[in-house]
Amino acid sequence: MAQGAVAADTQYDYDIVKKFAIMALVWGVLGMTAGTYIASELAFPFLNFDIAQITFGRLRPGHTTMVIFGFGGNALFATSYYVVQRTCQARLWGSGLANFTFWGWQAALVIGVLGYMNGITDGKEYAEFPWYVDILITLVWVAYFVVYVQTLRRRSQPHIYVANWFYLAFILATAILHIFRNLAVPVGLFHPESYSLYAGVQDAMVQWWYGHNAVGFFLTAAFLGMMYYFVPKQAGRPIYSYRLSIIHFWALSFMYMWVGGHHLHWTALPDWTSSLAAAFSILLLMPSWGGMINGIMTLSGAWEKLRTDPIMLFLITALSFYGMSTFEGPMMSLKSVNALSHYTDWTVGHVHSGALGWVAMITFGSFYHLIPRLWETRLWSTRLVYVHFWLATIGIVLYIAAMWVSGIGQGLMLRAFDDYGNLAYTFIESVQFMHWPLVVRALGGAFFVSGILLMCFNVYMTVRTAKQEQAALEGKIAAKVAQAGA
Amino acid sequence: MFEWLSHMENTKPLALVIFFVTFVGILLYVFSGRKRAERLESYKNIPFLDDEEGASDRAGKVADKDQDNG
Repeated sequence: MAQGAVAADTQYDYDIVKKFAIMALVWGVLGMTAGTYIASELAFPFLNFDIAQITFGRLRPGHTTMVIFGFGGNALFATSYYVVQRTCQARLWGSGLANFTFWGWQAALVIGVLGYMNGITDGKEYAEFPWYVDILITLVWVAYFVVYVQTLRRRSQPHIYVANWFYLAFILATAILHIFRNLAVPVGLFHPESYSLYAGVQDAMVQWWYGHNAVGFFLTAAFLGMMYYFVPKQAGRPIYSYRLSIIHFWALSFMYMWVGGHHLHWTALPDWTSSLAAAFSILLLMPSWGGMINGIMTLSGAWEKLRTDPIMLFLITALSFYGMSTFEGPMMSLKSVNALSHYTDWTVGHVHSGALGWVAMITFGSFYHLIPRLWETRLWSTRLVYVHFWLATIGIVLYIAAMWVSGIGQGLMLRAFDDYGNLAYTFIESVQFMHWPLVVRALGGAFFVSGILLMCFNVYMTVRTAKQEQAALEGKIAAKVAQAGA
Repeated sequence: MFEWLSHMENTKPLALVIFFVTFVGILLYVFSGRKRAERLESYKNIPFLDDEEGASDRAGKVADKDQDNG
């Protein structure tokens, strides 16, 4: 490999990036396997085996935590620590503190997930961690912010590249969301339970302010930071329009915070609040598509890369799913559509078109670019990347198509009336209708898990090859030194 | 004026006006002036700067400085 790359390994802190990248894959496998298992439980309930720890209710928060915070969170730590160093041309500040973010984050995940499986939970979706884990996460997050900002401060560039704006917005917004959602008084020092500061409809509103902005800033803004660095790098050409990326950033930042109320249409939440949330959700379509177009048009004039480069396939397909789910989301936020879609599998399908199609695909593409550079080698197999791409894509299509069928059918059945105003279907009839779509959904999940397993094998072989190359190189150098000495 | 600001319900239209004016200001700033446009668009090349020869030397110096600083 080029000497420059060897130098890069010493001038930048890659050890922390490697650790987070590996753990992202480990949590990804665990979380996606758990997801496929609970999807199978819904289709075939005998899979619960009367074991409380693996029932849907306990394993589901484990699945969401492992994929969002385990896979997604570790991937964001890895890529943000890499991107901030490369775009600032400065070494990461505070190696010790960065290591604390690594161990603290893994500890929070392990304690949290094992706790959920044993019934310890705050019961707030995506914020199920008990109070002591919340405190640990707060400390990790403050350390993350300090490391990131201090690295930005020592940059060699006068300008801070836009990817860092997105990462920084994610760090700041997540801090605000995490702290305010989890304000609570513990029952006692040795009790996992706590009393939330909020009650009733205020609690619901804070929950979906948190929940939707976790999507907006954790799963969207931060991964856009990833996109603004790795798409141009892999394409070998700069982003289509830098000014559009600035508008994309500010529009998302201004609008996202308002939209959480669309999760609470037709509830006790004041009508104007959820209408306002729907209006901002529609407005969000513009910056979202602006960003998608900016990413895809980066390939303008080099479209042949889609035929020759499987990593580019991952990145551009991710952007396409970003466009699709940011169209579907505003549509589902309309009150009339929401009356059909809410409380059905359509919502689950929508979330996964964003989570699998956008978040996971952009991460896979970025990691296939990143990992050979971290270990100063080449990918062990490009063909396996193609296989992974098709397994993932087929898996997503099966998943979301099944959820559309299940969700829209479920929604129609639950609100169908006969001529006398009675419900046309019993609840169990809607469950029977959903059986086959749920089987197909689990199959889609199995495709997706197979893909990430292949990726892990490819990454393992890549790292092993890199170590062998390094050992051979060191052997040659030692032999030359010995010859020169003799 | 100050009394109007002291009412909690007025924070919403006020926030809307502040955010809207700021956003329009950013739009005008970003899309006006040819020199500014050229300057902003030049930043798109930042991810490629450390691929160039010499960039590693620059960053190497920063690393040395860090080690000196302990």
